[in-house]
Amino acid sequence: MNAPLPRPIVFRRPWYSVALERAIEALIMVCGISAVILVGGIFFFVFREAFPILASPNFGLGEFLFSIEWYPTSVRDVRYGVLAMIVGTLAVTTLAMAIAVPFGIGGAIYLSEFCTPKLRETLKVVIELLAAIPSVVWGFIGLTVVNDLLITLFDAAVGLNVLNAALLLALMSLPIIVSIGEDALKAVPDSYREAGVALGATRWQMVYRVLLPAARNGLLAAVLLGVGRAVGETMAVLMATGHAVQIPTGLLEPVRTLTANIASEMGEVSQGSEHYRVLFTIGVLLFGITFLVNLAADLAVRGRRR
Amino acid sequence: MFEAGPEVRRKLGHERIAHLVLAAVTMCIVLPLFAILAYLVVKGWPSLSLAFLLEPPREMQTQGGIWPALIGTVYLVGVSLAVAAPVGVLAAVYLNEYARDTWFTRLIHVAVINLAGVPSIVHALFGLGAFVLAAGLGQSILAASLTLAVMTLPVIIASTREALAAVPRSFREACWNVGATRWQTIRVVVLPNAISGILTGVILQVSRTAGETAPILFTGAVMYKAVDRGDVFPYRLTESAMALATHLYNLATQINGAPDSLQFATATVLVGAVLLINSTAVVVRAVLRSRRKW
Amino acid sequence: MSGPGMDATPVTRVRDLRVRYGTTEVIHGITFDVHRGEILGVIGPAQSGKTSLLRCLNRTLEFTPGGHSEGLIEVDGEDVRRTRDVYALRRKIGMVAPLPVGLPLSIYDNVAFAPRAAGLTRRAALDDLVERCLTQAALWDEVKGRLDSLGTKLSGGQQQRLTIARALSHQPTILCLDEFSIAIDPVTTMRIEDVLKQLKAEMTIVLVTNLTQQARRLADRTMFMLEGSIVELAPSEQVFSATPADQRTFDYVNGTFG
Repeated sequence: MNAPLPRPIVFRRPWYSVALERAIEALIMVCGISAVILVGGIFFFVFREAFPILASPNFGLGEFLFSIEWYPTSVRDVRYGVLAMIVGTLAVTTLAMAIAVPFGIGGAIYLSEFCTPKLRETLKVVIELLAAIPSVVWGFIGLTVVNDLLITLFDAAVGLNVLNAALLLALMSLPIIVSIGEDALKAVPDSYREAGVALGATRWQMVYRVLLPAARNGLLAAVLLGVGRAVGETMAVLMATGHAVQIPTGLLEPVRTLTANIASEMGEVSQGSEHYRVLFTIGVLLFGITFLVNLAADLAVRGRRR
Repeated sequence: MFEAGPEVRRKLGHERIAHLVLAAVTMCIVLPLFAILAYLVVKGWPSLSLAFLLEPPREMQTQGGIWPALIGTVYLVGVSLAVAAPVGVLAAVYLNEYARDTWFTRLIHVAVINLAGVPSIVHALFGLGAFVLAAGLGQSILAASLTLAVMTLPVIIASTREALAAVPRSFREACWNVGATRWQTIRVVVLPNAISGILTGVILQVSRTAGETAPILFTGAVMYKAVDRGDVFPYRLTESAMALATHLYNLATQINGAPDSLQFATATVLVGAVLLINSTAVVVRAVLRSRRKW
Repeated sequence: MSGPGMDATPVTRVRDLRVRYGTTEVIHGITFDVHRGEILGVIGPAQSGKTSLLRCLNRTLEFTPGGHSEGLIEVDGEDVRRTRDVYALRRKIGMVAPLPVGLPLSIYDNVAFAPRAAGLTRRAALDDLVERCLTQAALWDEVKGRLDSLGTKLSGGQQQRLTIARALSHQPTILCLDEFSIAIDPVTTMRIEDVLKQLKAEMTIVLVTNLTQQARRLADRTMFMLEGSIVELAPSEQVFSATPADQRTFDYVNGTFG
């Protein structure tokens, strides 16, 4: 047995160790707060460039939101109505979701309930890689592959239209829907599944009657995040929608979206001009739309956790 | 033997159909990746070579290679990661290890969620308004990289938080119980064990940043810059640069007369680089996970 | 309760301690002393506030959102809730959690962690301390050849002794154990009980336990807690006799409820 140590041993950290720790913790705190500042900053700087036009008498918010006339460079009669682009964004997003949601939820169910663990890991890696393809490459594929495909299949005059962009957006939002959807299904406790199986249900009946209702909120969040991605997507729709400012009357009509409009015109406007400021105003509008969609998705996820 | 009645057989029939349909649906998600990759490579093959990577474009960009764009992308990704990775990781440490559950923390949480969902074109506007104009950086690598960094930040924060949260709380409590400060706990126990997740998240952002186009369109990427073959230091941070993603966009939409194979080869290089980096992340994750210490 | 070197002043004084989580009060104003050099057994069913009490003692309560305490707790005459150096305070108290926690560090680093965190860096001193603590925790002979292997790879019983070694590494005045035997086998439990008997010569021990017989075997005095209050605090012989002061104590100890 050792003799007892003289006690208490006085431990003392050297001052520089304490000071270093303080400094690091201060740095960590600053970084944490920077996130908030950045969100505020994004809104501030985008809004700051947009603000002068909002205050100007030449600009009416009603006309901006509800007119389809977009003639920003007209010499005699300048018009800034973005309704056609709002409709364009909605059309492309809606069609994309109509394609992506059944496939996405189906894929999520397959991954979480039907396939073997090994296959699941492989598929998840592939889907992760699908998510990694840059949007400009998707746009390029729309411009070349899908364009040719649509012209051949539907005998369309131009292959750059609502359907083209929607196909691309569907493929782009699928990875999000599948992975978030799979998380949502995985979060349903196994006891639910066991209860379903114990009652003699087949796996499909169990999915249909038990899992889908139980994972409702999470699946909703998956879809909303997909919508957020589709609404905010720029390069793919810029290259694949065909660029016409009009209310589409069919799936094969070219349109223009809010995002594509900013990307295509910002390069040509002179800084500080009305047109420039209107483009920033569209940015504010987009910021608002995606903010709401993401907030809704966040609420849906939390609803699930509760 | 147990004989299946008609009711049971019908149910099992449904089960089989459901399984097949779902498998087919999943294949519909997965197959486009391979189809696209194959198509890009086949169409781009005639132009793909080492010289294509190392040479500058010629003849109004209708001939030659992609070197200035390739090295430009390396610059952009490097600078943006140098900013976003440390800030993002530390912000995540703050949120996960220090912040208490107050209104302020919830505000940060909401902010991060929404920062991640802001469309890339809005980031472009922000970069233009804040870095190019307000900060006076002009259209430059610095402005474009900072814009990319802001875009990357929330994703790095989210993935780092997830990695930190995966370290069991009991480890932290054990450290606190013996009189360790929060930072000592983080440095000795939390960070070393979260590093694989943190690293994976950061690598994934490298690939995402490399492919971003919209945010750099007005903040620092230009159509053409004269750069020597294989020159590794062609750009200063205060000047604009070419980038692979915008180069592809320009070839496809702005430049007349670029042959198909040149466009497809450029797309192949971009996708190839991105997928290569992503696969690295997958491997890193697998390796580090297998070395887990508990 | 007297012997050489024993001090009459209590090592810990608790006065009217209340603990709440959010709006739920889990300890309703308890008062007691821990005498220097004794083993104080704390028994009681789940939810009786035993763990919360320990968490107040070394102020880890504040890591739980909503955790809040009122009243007076003194350790070595220092008001815990007003201490200037909470880390030094925590080093006065060795804390052993119910589930063994080997940190994902080497066995050596597990034990050296606390002294290093406190500023001890001399290698020779650390080596000495690590060996001493592992020996005290009856683990040295099993691990002395592989001090650089991971603490998390040890068996449950070894990890619990490693946890005890870690708790001893900062030379605490009081050693608190919270249901240490919950996840380990009876043989290891008996070994650790022997360790505690040895340690008693050097420090005060607060033994929170779910095994009433363990308190009977080891404790000088035993405190019976129920729903956040002290039912009875008396020498163990009395608590475990046929005539404790409170009928509920008798019922609990004899397994009628709880």
